[in-house]
Amino acid sequence: MTERYIARSSAIAARMLGGEMMIMSAVDSTFFTLNEVATIIWQSADGRTSLSEIIEKVCREFEVEPDSARRDAEQFVDELSRHGILLISDKPIDNPSTRPTEAL
Amino acid sequence: MECQQIRRNELSTAIQTHEVAIEIGGIPVLLRTEDASFRDLLENRYAGFVSRTARPKFEFDVDVGPHGASTDEDLQVKIQAGKWLLRRGDFNSEWDPRAGKGWIRQSANPYSIDSVLRIVHSLILAREGGFLVHSASAIRTGRAFLFSGLSGAGKTTISRLAPSDVTLLTDEISYVRRDGEGYRACGTPFAGELARLGENCSAPVATLFFLEQGPKNQIRPISSADAVRRLLRNILFFADDPDLVKLVFRSALDFVTLVPVRRMTFLPDERVWELVD
Repeated sequence: MTERYIARSSAIAARMLGGEMMIMSAVDSTFFTLNEVATIIWQSADGRTSLSEIIEKVCREFEVEPDSARRDAEQFVDELSRHGILLISDKPIDNPSTRPTEAL
Repeated sequence: MECQQIRRNELSTAIQTHEVAIEIGGIPVLLRTEDASFRDLLENRYAGFVSRTARPKFEFDVDVGPHGASTDEDLQVKIQAGKWLLRRGDFNSEWDPRAGKGWIRQSANPYSIDSVLRIVHSLILAREGGFLVHSASAIRTGRAFLFSGLSGAGKTTISRLAPSDVTLLTDEISYVRRDGEGYRACGTPFAGELARLGENCSAPVATLFFLEQGPKNQIRPISSADAVRRLLRNILFFADDPDLVKLVFRSALDFVTLVPVRRMTFLPDERVWELVD
């Protein structure tokens, strides 16, 4: 399977509030709130860590089955990518956004 | 002799301009027009918000003429080379925020200028951490309360039910400015079904209520995420500009962090105001 790398877009605004990560696309104004697992994926999306490594981290922290975690993660990543919130590549992304998230 | 003749002709064709400064939320905007009847329209429409003393930071030349009257065309608000371009079927406008100057072309009606003012104020507020929001607002015991919701949620109803010790700021569009570690709600002339201008005064915001129809008068908590989602849905935001989207997002989150937000269900009678103090 081809490895995938994900990075946070700079065309977003995001902040943790009340224990929930909130993200808004600056392109189409779509608003998302992320649960704990999605927040881990989001915070790990630095362009250099592969999606497989991120899923391993999720499995370790939340004791979920790898297949189930991968399925959910792929779905989540694809959805955020459709709104331009996450960037996806089959190679590490050299210049991911450096400050996409406020007050993590 | 020839020179005197020319001067006399110039004087006889001189066009008089009229200026009206409309101050909303403490921000005066000067409107300049050559049309005396439009000046009268402005002074009547914005009575209570016309300033004789304020020094306007922003000014617009308003060209009143047969410029189209259709409000059906989609509104376009975009920035180009540092200037905001505002366009709808019934008006066309350009505004340079750095120079503080702009122009408006519209027919002689109050709705177009009202729309331009709402847009301009929403752009000014976005840079300052404030916003315009679909919300009634009122002052009681020196504090402002906001009652937000889309059309039909009960903004006009709760405004109509306000007791005599309440000062109504608006029944439709609230003007919210950042004020130190809190927010201040200001009166607006942007009226809804009540067709009554708000009072031109302001107070610190105590609580934002999201209105819902319900079987009894009740105030309930709301999660931060739900509060932000509902607030973003009700903030007036017209511009197709990613930087401004980020600013509005930050303002909404700051507001929810600093101001108590609740859900309010109410019956349409005056007892609902017993919950507001």
